[in-house]
Amino acid sequence: MAEIPAPTGERRTGRLLATLIVVMIVLGGVGMTLLARRHWWMLPVASAHGVDVDRLIYTTFAVTGIVFVLVHLLIAGFVWRYGAHGTGRAAYWHDDRTLELTYTLVPAAVLVTLISMGAVVWARVHSPAPADATVVEVRAEQFGWLFRYPGPDGIFGRVDPALISPPGKPGNPMGLDPADPASADDIVTRELHLAVNRPVRVRIRSKDVIHSFFIPAFRVKQDAVPGMTVEIWFTPTQEGSYEIACAQLCGIGHYIMRGKVTVESEEAVLTWLAQQSH
Amino acid sequence: MAVAHGAVHEEHRLGFIRRYIFSQDHKIIGIQYMMTSLFMAAVGGVLAMLIRMELGWPGGHWGVARWLFPGGFSSDGVLKPDFYLAVVTMHGSIMIFFVLTTALSGGFGNFLIPLTIGARDMAFPFLNMLSYWLYPPAIVVLLSSFFVAGGAPNSGWTAYPPLSALRNAAPGSGLGQTLWLVSLAILIVSFLFGSLNYITTVLQLRTRGMSMGRMPLVTWAQFTTAILMLLSFPVLFAAVVMLLFDRHLGTSFFVPSGLVVGGQLVTHQGGNPLLWQHLFWFLGHPEVYVLILPPMGIVSEILAVHGRKPIFGYKAMVASICAIAFLSFLVWGHHMIVSGMNPLVGTAFMVTTLAIAIPSAIKTFNWVATLWRARIHFTPAMLFAIGFVSLFITGGLTGIFLGSPAVDTYFHDTFFIVAHFHFVMASAALFGLFGGLYHWFPKMFGRMMDERLGKMHFWLTFVGIYATFFPMHFLGMAGEPRRYYSPQMYDFLRGLAGLNMFVSVAAFGLGLAQLIFIYNFLRSLFRGPKAERNPWHANTLEWQTESPPPHGNWGAILPTVHRWPYDYSVPDAMDDFIPQTVPAAAVPVAGGALDDGLQGGAVDEPPVAGSERT
Amino acid sequence: MPAPTRTLERPPGAQEPGGPATGGRGPGGSGGGEQTAVPATTPARIAVWLLVGAITALFAAFTSTYLVRRGEADWRVGPLPPILWLTTAIILASSIALQQARRHGQRAAMTGLRIWLVVTTLLGLAFLAGQLLAWRQLVATGIYLATNPHSSFFYLLTGAHGLHLAGGIGALLYAVRRAPAAATASAALDVTDPVATYWHFLTGLWVYLFVILYAI
Repeated sequence: MAEIPAPTGERRTGRLLATLIVVMIVLGGVGMTLLARRHWWMLPVASAHGVDVDRLIYTTFAVTGIVFVLVHLLIAGFVWRYGAHGTGRAAYWHDDRTLELTYTLVPAAVLVTLISMGAVVWARVHSPAPADATVVEVRAEQFGWLFRYPGPDGIFGRVDPALISPPGKPGNPMGLDPADPASADDIVTRELHLAVNRPVRVRIRSKDVIHSFFIPAFRVKQDAVPGMTVEIWFTPTQEGSYEIACAQLCGIGHYIMRGKVTVESEEAVLTWLAQQSH
Repeated sequence: MAVAHGAVHEEHRLGFIRRYIFSQDHKIIGIQYMMTSLFMAAVGGVLAMLIRMELGWPGGHWGVARWLFPGGFSSDGVLKPDFYLAVVTMHGSIMIFFVLTTALSGGFGNFLIPLTIGARDMAFPFLNMLSYWLYPPAIVVLLSSFFVAGGAPNSGWTAYPPLSALRNAAPGSGLGQTLWLVSLAILIVSFLFGSLNYITTVLQLRTRGMSMGRMPLVTWAQFTTAILMLLSFPVLFAAVVMLLFDRHLGTSFFVPSGLVVGGQLVTHQGGNPLLWQHLFWFLGHPEVYVLILPPMGIVSEILAVHGRKPIFGYKAMVASICAIAFLSFLVWGHHMIVSGMNPLVGTAFMVTTLAIAIPSAIKTFNWVATLWRARIHFTPAMLFAIGFVSLFITGGLTGIFLGSPAVDTYFHDTFFIVAHFHFVMASAALFGLFGGLYHWFPKMFGRMMDERLGKMHFWLTFVGIYATFFPMHFLGMAGEPRRYYSPQMYDFLRGLAGLNMFVSVAAFGLGLAQLIFIYNFLRSLFRGPKAERNPWHANTLEWQTESPPPHGNWGAILPTVHRWPYDYSVPDAMDDFIPQTVPAAAVPVAGGALDDGLQGGAVDEPPVAGSERT
Repeated sequence: MPAPTRTLERPPGAQEPGGPATGGRGPGGSGGGEQTAVPATTPARIAVWLLVGAITALFAAFTSTYLVRRGEADWRVGPLPPILWLTTAIILASSIALQQARRHGQRAAMTGLRIWLVVTTLLGLAFLAGQLLAWRQLVATGIYLATNPHSSFFYLLTGAHGLHLAGGIGALLYAVRRAPAAATASAALDVTDPVATYWHFLTGLWVYLFVILYAI
């Protein structure tokens, strides 16, 4: 029986593919990453946990980057070398216990290392908040953020969804229950001000659908699930003004649900709070 | 054998409608699934172009597109935000459920399972026909949601309640969402009929000699996929029923009390939105493997056939398919890292998620090892198979970021995720689909596809995929959330406009390149040169019958299997392939008798390490 | 060419399949007229187990949400319609009747097989009627689908179970027509056994639902 159509051009196609893999994927990938490092990258980190998360990202980046380059070079090499030519046959080679074991155990070891590192950072992010942490409530709605500080008594007053004033009307957007004395000194704002280097506990709620409280510069993201109050904590470490984005599809205004968080000195926060509470 | 003659006679008796439309022949049903899926792929592809149009030039004016979708654009040609979300939702739903699942399982599964195991048809041909004929109604119901008040659903393919549960939460949460849910319910029933059939067929109808250990990997992948579908889709069905109850019968499975939507207090009380997410992702993650296991099988087949070399590590391949299938039921929580679950649960899911990377790595390295010292014929099928391996590596590696909860917290719902799953699941599955089509087209239609056009299609698609999806990683690094109508509302996203434009241009090029495929496919269907029985000199059973196979597949006598499917380039054998039907003793040899060492390939199990000649 | 010593070996477990294009089973299956047939594996027997697996996944999804939901603070169990005790007894009886049918089938006693299949079907219908009565009893006390979480789950679970059981009655009716008409005991069992597997599963499923809805 004849061989498969005479292997003319098979090597040429193989070398074209190998070149494409090296140029586009390996060089292109690495080059684009270097380019991205300057133009399209994570915002400079501005929280304590964020530093740990970034380190984890960079480690993973290094490990996966090396594997990405090596495996693609390997494929490119094989494709370059083993295009059908001449009359030689492929090797009848289909099992090698040692080789298979190697490339089972090596990835496993690398993954276990990454798992352990990830578990440590994750446990740190979700550890109990320090005792000196301040507390603030974030309530998401279609399409914006509302913040509540507990006031001098340190207690959030009761809220009742039935008391929420209709959209567009000032009054009681949070639905504070005036019957609860603890709600009298609660301060409801449209902006978030946080003290620098002071841990903050954020209680996240939602009025209507699922939103997600995302502060890219802090590497913080937590869904706001209606019917639940989820608490996270973090420590802003750089003064400045940062954006809050919604990261969970919440309706047609998902893309305009922009919030602002200002990180400033403790005194500045107190001054600002005093202006809000009339 | 009376059976076969009966089959032939039966075929003659059948009219056109019974033969080609309401056919119970697995090959016709497979082709019906494939054609319908390719049509839906075109629909989903056009929707993808609309998404890139908006993201490349937010708020741009597109008079032409307005003519195509009158309801979706304002009078000056600007795409409306609710239509944008409808497009995003439908693109995802269509591509995942109505293209990749149906083409890879419905199309290739139906066509290949009976042929590769030496059966005349599926175990339940009527159920099989029913399975296909539930699919078009599901499409009609799904697409009709574009034409009802409020339009198609806005809640994404994941349809998280309460957004999807409350009618006034979004324009598309009205009738459109209901139609989406009903359509999915119909399709799930179709999938269940299909998978029930596949599993029974593989267990019951293998021909003489076709032990499980001799099944080609493509059949193993289909078999395992069918088990995944059978056990995961009912869970989505339950979720869909409960959401429909919430929407129309006033129950509160997923809607908690005290919600205020559109200024009105919602009357539901006592539900929990996270329950939907658990149910959805319990399906959702196995579904990802439902999409990727069949291409894995297809690619294993193509690499061996066009590389003229046995697939490396057959047993490890089978074992890792099974391991992936099993583990895929234990990883759903990694989609919910920021959902408000207990963080400890997140740690558990991190372990299972990274564990599933190990069998995936084994498969990848086995494919690469198959290329070593191969004799590669760079047919379009082979090119797409090698492309698949590359895409799977790229997408798989970014998955390692996402498996780590602390890192995932940052990347969750950003374009990094979009890039990740478009590589590992969407493009890779698509490459498996294309590779499979180029490979089995001669068997399906009895004609050859044009190689030159096929190669051109590959080059443009391969470059297009990388140009489109690789930069998305950096959009995600910079924090751009997915499903945004426009990224221009945020200061931290302003610098991404240029990159977004680049991605859009690349996506348009990628879309245009598919026209080559459509042209090649349609032209070859009618004008392609006639295919011989076994144009690729392959070993598996489907290539040992006519192209296309007759009704009943095998003529008078069922084939008998004597060896594993990967006896390529056996030393000393005359040809560089030995079909599964060739008895051990009947191998034509170049220089005398085969010695015993070689016949490792001929007994029940594939040869194990050390048994082959050294 | 070497001597043909190893041709056509027949691996254990492989059987010549029948051609579904024309239906019927291959010679590998049972076909003798023995009085007590060993049940051979048929496509229907495999398919029914797969169906049971899929339905288990469906109810696992329903009941796992139920069990999670029940753990929350505001959970209250509604009243138990007394007729459910009766319907539980009926469905257990129907499974016993079906076993009687199978026993007759094994001895190729076709009359007994038919009678007991009919009894099973009637008991199944009685069960469905009883479930409907239970719904009416609840409605009479003002408990509707959307009244509270427990009632939502009650109607959902009993409804879903009832629909599957209605399908089971369809299968029983098929068995009533086909099984006693079969030529041999094993052919009769080939029809009866898959139906029985499905029916016993639904009985077990009901007991499970009944227990988690009211007992635990």
